[in-house]
Amino acid sequence: MKRIINEMKLRLPAISTNESVCRSVISAFCAELDPTASEIGDIRLAVSEAVTNCIVHAYRHLPPDEHGLIYISVRLYSGREVSIEISDNGCGIEDLDEAMRPMFTTGREGERCGMGFLVMENFTDSLKVKSRVGKGTTVLMRKFLKPDAEG
Amino acid sequence: MKGLTVKEDSGVLSAYISCELDHHVAKSIREAIDAELIIKKPATLRIDFSAVDFMDSSGIGLIIGRADKAAALGGTVEICGLSPRLRRLVRMSGVEKLKNLKIT
Repeated sequence: MKRIINEMKLRLPAISTNESVCRSVISAFCAELDPTASEIGDIRLAVSEAVTNCIVHAYRHLPPDEHGLIYISVRLYSGREVSIEISDNGCGIEDLDEAMRPMFTTGREGERCGMGFLVMENFTDSLKVKSRVGKGTTVLMRKFLKPDAEG
Repeated sequence: MKGLTVKEDSGVLSAYISCELDHHVAKSIREAIDAELIIKKPATLRIDFSAVDFMDSSGIGLIIGRADKAAALGGTVEICGLSPRLRRLVRMSGVEKLKNLKIT
């Protein structure tokens, strides 16, 4: 049975300065499991993509002076598993299959390249996306770290 | 500007990026590069990533955007200094198919 070793919840405004904040905080939190530099790099990258999606897409219907919130929950499990859930209460994704298709983007004018989900999928071990139009989107990513050298 | 040095030498405009390249900073970086690109209209725009220790897909958007801009001005883009991780990201994106882009 896997058990939770440590757990963290974050709630931040969906503003772009928080992209690096989320990467730093989450990678620091995972340090307890002594991940490799490469594993930390993977986590930082996947987190950055998920958080950027919340900032660029989820709340785009809001007026510029208002911002939504990003909700993050990180869990460290025994057996060297990290789970990261990143949610928003934004507009949701109408066609999830289309959104997850590589290079599909609705943000072309902002030079978005449509790789977000592809990167999350490629740099973690499991990706689940749930979305409801008008309610929001939740991304759940899991990363299994390599066994500890000391066993 | 912080995180970017742009220099020109015999038709090559070199943009040396030295910051974490995410969506937050990509906008100001690309605007600063474009400002020079439009004035100098170099034959080659070289973007050096050797001091970029973090980049997400915003960096890919930046590469594609500069290749488009350079193509409109009749120039090419060369990207260099990619770490193995950045190289993997670049390969995933398929940008090497762009006609006026060279990866060194």
